[in-house]
Amino acid sequence: MKILVCITHVPDTTSKITFSENNTKLNKDGLQFVIGPYDDYALARAVEIKDALGGTVTALNVGLAETEATIRKALAIGADDAIRINAEPTDAYFVASQIAAIAQKENYDLILMGRESSDYNGGQVHGMVGEMLGIPSLSPVMKLDIEGNTAKMAREIEGGKEYLEASLPLVLGCQEPIAEWKIPNMRGIMSARKKPLQVVEPSSDETLTIGQNYEMPAPKGACKMIDADNAASLVELLRSEAKVL
Amino acid sequence: MSVLVFIESADGEFRGTSLEAVAYGAALAKAQGSNATALVLGNTVDASKLPNVGNYGVSKVLHVNDDRLDNGIIQAYAQVVAQAMEKEGANTLVLAKSSLGDAVSARVAAKMKAALASNVTELPDLNAGFTVKRSVYTGKAFQITELKSENKILALKKNAITPEVTDATAEVEAFSPSLSDADFGVSITKTDKITGEILLPEADLVVSGGRGLKAAENWGIIEDLAKALNAATGCSKPVSDMDWRPHHEHVGQTGVKVSPQLYVAVGISGAIQHLAGVSSSKCIVVINKDPEAPFFKAADYGIVGDAFEILPKITEAVKALK
Ligand SMILES: Cc1cc2nc3c(=O)[nH]c(=O)nc-3n(C[C@H](O)[C@H](O)[C@H](O)COP(=O)(O)OP(=O)(O)OC[C@H]3O[C@@H](n4cnc5c(N)ncnc54)[C@H](O)[C@@H]3O)c2cc1C
Repeated sequence: MKILVCITHVPDTTSKITFSENNTKLNKDGLQFVIGPYDDYALARAVEIKDALGGTVTALNVGLAETEATIRKALAIGADDAIRINAEPTDAYFVASQIAAIAQKENYDLILMGRESSDYNGGQVHGMVGEMLGIPSLSPVMKLDIEGNTAKMAREIEGGKEYLEASLPLVLGCQEPIAEWKIPNMRGIMSARKKPLQVVEPSSDETLTIGQNYEMPAPKGACKMIDADNAASLVELLRSEAKVL
Repeated sequence: MSVLVFIESADGEFRGTSLEAVAYGAALAKAQGSNATALVLGNTVDASKLPNVGNYGVSKVLHVNDDRLDNGIIQAYAQVVAQAMEKEGANTLVLAKSSLGDAVSARVAAKMKAALASNVTELPDLNAGFTVKRSVYTGKAFQITELKSENKILALKKNAITPEVTDATAEVEAFSPSLSDADFGVSITKTDKITGEILLPEADLVVSGGRGLKAAENWGIIEDLAKALNAATGCSKPVSDMDWRPHHEHVGQTGVKVSPQLYVAVGISGAIQHLAGVSSSKCIVVINKDPEAPFFKAADYGIVGDAFEILPKITEAVKALK
């Protein structure tokens, strides 16, 4: 089983997001960067499948040198080697084109990634890669078992899930509870330093969107406190003041 | 150049968020001096309802009468949508962001080399090129994004437009795209889905419970209030992790992002990852026994106290209102 796991390098979910340079750039000062939480699920499942069936897991990230600590963490969790495509991940089409170019050469059985990145929440890259490679793509996948050349999966839909089967190769956008997040152990961290991390230049530079500037949501007004003994009065406030009932 | 709107259905009806997308597509086409067409796949919605899509502003509905499309087969759907865009000469696709919509629109984007913006929150600005405002960093900020290419796809966040509903109807045209077996390479073996209930991403009213409720069997007070309000039920991540509630009810950064008029949070502390999923709610009510719970900072109304005492009182007051 030859598995590619695509990871994003994103601010930790507890981060307070601010912008600099006239609201055109994310202010990275003091931010802790991590593997995207959904990508982390994909990686954990990939390592489990490799442990059960044999094979290799390659971690891939499109990013500048600043992402290497995040990539090393993927190696510590259990990826065997890694590829960094040396470019700013400007838009989903650009990132998908880079992944597809690598995948065309390598013939992976499975290409896994998170259902969406936690910075832009687009949920687009897996579908684009699938289309570019001419193979099926599915997301958000919450269960994945491999039997021979067949993947048995569950995919979340609004209000429930559907169970699916398809032949490999596949591109999957993953989410919990496909696996439990893995925390790297000391041995993993030591061995990650020696695992190969190949840096390649991007195969194209085409993007279809441009992020111009950012805006912050309007600040919330103060919270109106209601006495617990008078809880029922909430309903009248929701009706006549907030006008939501 | 015109606009195509992709419509999804649930429970034998068009989805509310898809009808919003129809209104959005119609408004966009009007601003561009072109027209908008809606696309319906499969036969899960009774054919007699197809003309009603016109209530939301389009004059034509393309309908693919093919039972194989009753299930959302992603590759086949992407084929149909791309072919419909070509047939209609549409350079812009509009759809509601959803589990299926995301998966389909990404493939269409790669096929058509279309610039795709997701979580769009307003009509585009056409004054200088084509820019949209979209929600990023899981609700913590917005980005103004320019769509550069000729073909464009807009995946809308709920409430991107308030539809004006009229009694105009649309002409229905049958559309027969060419599909091959390869488009149906993925088979759906089973579907487990709630029926007759309000879907969380669509809901205008949501009652959500956290670990403060202490056990799955205590969910009755949440369900009673939800029923009285005709609201959907949600929960925090630990609650679905512990299997107290099904996974599709999990709200937050790693779960469903909701945009209701009213979000009632009961026994949820208000961790930043939970708040990320509720920040576009119009009004937030927090009920928590800890006055220091961080959720109060994000709330419009707050009650400090024991949910087991407070919630039944609120449910009674809601019933009295009706
Ligand atoms: C990468 C990552 C992603 C995450 N994504 C999500 C996500 O998408 N969604 C999410 O929800 N969480 C998410 N989390 C988890 C999040 O950090 C919190 O742990 C979680 O939201 C806490 O859930 P809770 O508020 O139900 O539980 P707790 O934090 O345990 O809060 C329970 C609350 O109930 C109150 N309470 C107790 N008894 C009563 C009572 N009788 N009456 C009234 N109030 C009572 C307490 O005062 C407390 O405030 C994520 C975490 C990580 C690390």
